[in-house]
Amino acid sequence: MSDLPFILFSLVAAWAAIMVVTRDIAVHALLYLVVVLLSLAGVFFALGAPFAAMLEIIIYAGAVMVLFVFVVMMLNLGQTDRDRERHWMAPGVWIGPTLLSGLLLIALCLTLRAMPPTTGSDTLAPIGPQTVGILLYGPYVLSVELASFLLLAGLVSAFHIGRDTRATGVNSGTATGDV
Amino acid sequence: MFGILRTLWLTFLHMAHRRVTVGYPEHKPPLPPRYRGRIILSRDPDGMERCVACNLCAVACPVDCISLQKAEQDGRWYPDYFRINFSRCIFCGMCEESCPTYAIQLTPDFEMSEYLRPNLVYEKDDLLISGTGKYPDYSFYHVAGVKIPGKDKGEAERESPPIDLHTLLP
Amino acid sequence: MTAPMPVIIGVTLAILLGLATFLTWFERRLLGLWQDRYGPNRVGPGGILQAVADGIKILFKQDWIPPFADRGVFVLAPAIGMMTVLLSFGVVPVTAFWSIAGTLNVGLLFVLAMMGMGVYGVVLAGWASNSKYALLGSMRAAAQMISYEVFMGLSVLGVVMQAGSFTMRDIVLAQSGLWFVVPQALGCAVFTLAGIAETHRLPFDLPEGENELGAGFHTEYSGMKFGMFFLAEYAGVVLVSALLVTLYLGGWEGPLLPPALWFALKTSALVCLFVLLRAALPRPRYDQLMALGWKILLPLSLLNIAATGAILLLHAPG
Repeated sequence: MSDLPFILFSLVAAWAAIMVVTRDIAVHALLYLVVVLLSLAGVFFALGAPFAAMLEIIIYAGAVMVLFVFVVMMLNLGQTDRDRERHWMAPGVWIGPTLLSGLLLIALCLTLRAMPPTTGSDTLAPIGPQTVGILLYGPYVLSVELASFLLLAGLVSAFHIGRDTRATGVNSGTATGDV
Repeated sequence: MFGILRTLWLTFLHMAHRRVTVGYPEHKPPLPPRYRGRIILSRDPDGMERCVACNLCAVACPVDCISLQKAEQDGRWYPDYFRINFSRCIFCGMCEESCPTYAIQLTPDFEMSEYLRPNLVYEKDDLLISGTGKYPDYSFYHVAGVKIPGKDKGEAERESPPIDLHTLLP
Repeated sequence: MTAPMPVIIGVTLAILLGLATFLTWFERRLLGLWQDRYGPNRVGPGGILQAVADGIKILFKQDWIPPFADRGVFVLAPAIGMMTVLLSFGVVPVTAFWSIAGTLNVGLLFVLAMMGMGVYGVVLAGWASNSKYALLGSMRAAAQMISYEVFMGLSVLGVVMQAGSFTMRDIVLAQSGLWFVVPQALGCAVFTLAGIAETHRLPFDLPEGENELGAGFHTEYSGMKFGMFFLAEYAGVVLVSALLVTLYLGGWEGPLLPPALWFALKTSALVCLFVLLRAALPRPRYDQLMALGWKILLPLSLLNIAATGAILLLHAPG
């Protein structure tokens, strides 16, 4: 398996990530974030995990980011917010964290180099959805169940919050209580 | 749920219904004779213009699209020019109702599209037809007391002879 | 038997775009048929060249970007909408040998992913237009499409369980005995409704909602950018029909006729069904749409999954 797609996807992801933090307009930043997630999906695909790649697109790029865009759209950001964003991009603000992050990166690289090379064959075998499913309901069934409990709790609370409290029978069809 | 399916089915059945659309240029719609379409100026049975340039139509017109100027010859009044701006006309028929001589009439013809707006201004030549329109026997000067060549005062239909003001006899 | 990949891609693309253009005319004729009128019947035989005339007109219209719009995103949005629909066709198997990526082992998930990305086309169009009607339309679109994506994903899970694969071709092959529309009738119904909502077709075209939002998310669009939304919508109708055929109606399988013809026949019948829905049904109110989704379709699809799983386990060998 050639490394070229992997490298390309990673470069796109890194570049888009830089663009995410440097954009003034929130929606543009979110769009770059979508690009990051898509290229990450590409990375997954290149590494032989198509199931994870598709879930990345469906859940993160397709659902979560749409909600982000939805909220940002509703905030109605204007020129003042843009100016504030630009002010935050002043060198005094970001130079310290960036230096520290650079140090972290160097440390990470050094640690990775110091680790012994992984044994086994160098080729990656693609993991199909069936394998993922068997793994999820085999060794990882506890985490699946925990996640489902979390989702159930979310569902119940959403139903509780969304319940139309003024419902007195006939005239309950208001637009507020359903979403 | 059942209602939705029923609606779908009924709409589907409309496939077999007759279409109500009239394919216009091929099939002309049948228009009643009193349809209010293109305006014309009619003539008397003897071929003279009916319009006496009384300006009542111009006054009655709610959009002021009629314009005319009176002229006179041998006692007969007639319009020197008669102009209808059909780009403003709303085909309400007020002019026809106000006309005392049945001269201005609306016809069941509506195909008067033009590419240029000035072409919609119809002059007297465009308006005047050679027939009598909807009132074939009516002739204004034969019922009016006006003196014209060939018809002196008192010679109109159902008109008494003029009274001689200078006589003392009853 | 298998054609080279560039040929398949080229032919599929040409057919799709041609079909979407053709559908703009076909739908109007069909609507006319069901509403006792003619529809466009002037240009060419039966009016079929109306689509060409519309195309020429829309190509030569002024390509206007409003000065208050966000230019980049404004241009990007219709492209996203078009591209996601076209990409989804990549995994639809027309026949066992004719498909771009019908054997992709996450084919169905890919379709869901592309449908999820399709939301951006609508949402960003509304946001970039910077106009209130467009924004309202895109907000509706975001909520509606995310919600119905959930039911769409859940409703196809029954099919995946029965076929034991996400691969579109395997799903069709698994239906050689009995089409999934019989055991998965519930899932099929939910998928159809979700598909209509996902392509925001009538009667679920609330993001457009002409009578209340101007034209919804594409209020500010004109020229070919609007045309792309338009074509994407029709391509979306074809996509949902093709997916329904693949997932529930046995794909290319059928007696006597060649497989590709069967696929085309089934797909076009479903397209006609979508047009019939448009001809017959009024648009629901927005909260009714959401209530339908979360209060009826979600429980139904969950029930479908549970029932399918239970029956499969009962019949499982060993």
